[in-house]
Amino acid sequence: MATEIIEARRLTKSFGSFKAVDDLSFTINKGEVYGFLGQNGAGKSTTMRMLLGLIYPDNGAVYIRGMEFNNRTRHLLAYIGAVIERPDLYLYLTGWENLKLFAHLSGKEITSARMHEVLDIVGLSGREKDKVKGYSQGMKQRLGIAIALIHDPELLILDEPTNGLDPQGIAEMRFLINRLSKELGKTIMISSHLLHEIEQVATNMIILHRGKRIVEGKVADLLSPADTSVKIRLTPDEAVIAQLKNSEWKAQISSTQLGQITFKTDPENVPAINNWLVNHGASVLQINVTHSLEDYFLSLTSEDHVAAGTI
Amino acid sequence: MLRLELFKIFKRPRTYISFGIVAAIALVIELAMYADGKNFINFALQGINEQFDMRGNILNGYLITYIILQTLLVQIPLLVALVAGDAIAGEASMGTLRLLLTKPQSRSKVIIVKFVASLCYALLLLLWLAIVALGLSVLIFGAGDMINLKSDAMVIILKDDVLWRYVAAFAFAALAMATVAALALLLSCFADNSIGPIVGTMGIIIVLMIFSTLDLPIFSVIKQYLFTTHMVGWKGFFDDPVPYKAVGTSAMVLLVYTFLFLGASIVWFNKKDIQS
Repeated sequence: MATEIIEARRLTKSFGSFKAVDDLSFTINKGEVYGFLGQNGAGKSTTMRMLLGLIYPDNGAVYIRGMEFNNRTRHLLAYIGAVIERPDLYLYLTGWENLKLFAHLSGKEITSARMHEVLDIVGLSGREKDKVKGYSQGMKQRLGIAIALIHDPELLILDEPTNGLDPQGIAEMRFLINRLSKELGKTIMISSHLLHEIEQVATNMIILHRGKRIVEGKVADLLSPADTSVKIRLTPDEAVIAQLKNSEWKAQISSTQLGQITFKTDPENVPAINNWLVNHGASVLQINVTHSLEDYFLSLTSEDHVAAGTI
Repeated sequence: MLRLELFKIFKRPRTYISFGIVAAIALVIELAMYADGKNFINFALQGINEQFDMRGNILNGYLITYIILQTLLVQIPLLVALVAGDAIAGEASMGTLRLLLTKPQSRSKVIIVKFVASLCYALLLLLWLAIVALGLSVLIFGAGDMINLKSDAMVIILKDDVLWRYVAAFAFAALAMATVAALALLLSCFADNSIGPIVGTMGIIIVLMIFSTLDLPIFSVIKQYLFTTHMVGWKGFFDDPVPYKAVGTSAMVLLVYTFLFLGASIVWFNKKDIQS
């Protein structure tokens, strides 16, 4: 049976006339890596701040391990570690001093051995005596995660942890998140505005748009290969398309038009389809593989860009 | 948690600038008095010297400390506001406030600890002032009977009767600084940048001090309710006899203001959305 770590129940928050989060509910269970996907301004950070008691909801409530979380039950934060937006730290202190300072505030007795262990997990061993102002963005992000981890919380809330990192930093962060989940058994809530980021680390996900939940479910189901859309552009040839409609691939054709065929099929079938077309005399110009969820997410993004006049 | 706040305050190099400023002002006055103090005393006592025969070490450490304290009337609150005004707003602008508040500590406790830490800083600053003003002045100029020249009278306090008055005056000043710290902390809760609360605190103190010192009928009704009127209550310890009732009333007013500001900070901070 799933163990609920945190539950958001009908959360709503407005800033003036702008509704940042609108009647949002979800539950995160033990062991899940819960992806929070949405474009900038979708309400991800506001929701995370409400889960942590940084922002008070206008309506709705947060439950941590079944108990309502509010100003009188802030002790429940001992179950959570978080890095919200940038990992802002005391730049004039060393990494060790920052870690020690927040360790004392965690409500638990933290030993030096535990501090060394956490620094080792995030790959900062040997740099802990350096002042944080000399750290790279990736090192600050990792120290932020060390601070979030120091009291061994059940749930880690990471708000866009790859923001501002270079490609190597992003890869290292992804590796760290996977390690925290798989080796240390942490339940993780992670937000991003990039579907592929969530896809690579999350077990479950929710897509937010303008503060509302659009889609929620297991990543394996939402990003099922059967929902992959394969668009093939080829030289216009009605005879080939007619043959294709009577071939083994006919069930997977979702639309045809002169010069373009769209399949709904597993990406593993793409080479075979390509071979079939080439063997039947078609000249394949371009193959584009997208997931319907990605299409949907991109359509949301472009809707907002159009509304904002940026495209 | 208090230890951590003090650690943060005293790990910042800029904290020590205040101590440097206090030392610099005290030393400049002491040097000036050392070089030209006799002329200053003769000028100050020119009307009195004609009628009285003033003997002994008039230019002594006690008198010079009193002059230094008068000079630092505005500067010390500013230096306290630098730290207390930064307590919440500074953390908000650095972004550390949201990290701090994701820890299982109550917001009320955060405010109270930050107030106490600011107060500790103010007390240390006053202690430092006592060392560089009183200690150094007595060391350089020696002790003696203290002359307190007021606009309408001259009070002579015997040498052996002075020291306890300074102890009491510094204790009273600590209370006044607690009020300043509480005001700066309250303004700090409203801002995400420490400049606003620091300038705001000083602005309020300067404007209210003008109200407190101007002898206009329009201000005479309200000035007794202004905390700035009572911040200079420490001077009462250099009257003879000491007006204990007036000093006690001033201390009470400062205490009430301190709790009002602190209470308002707690209420506001507990309701505040942290968006920084």
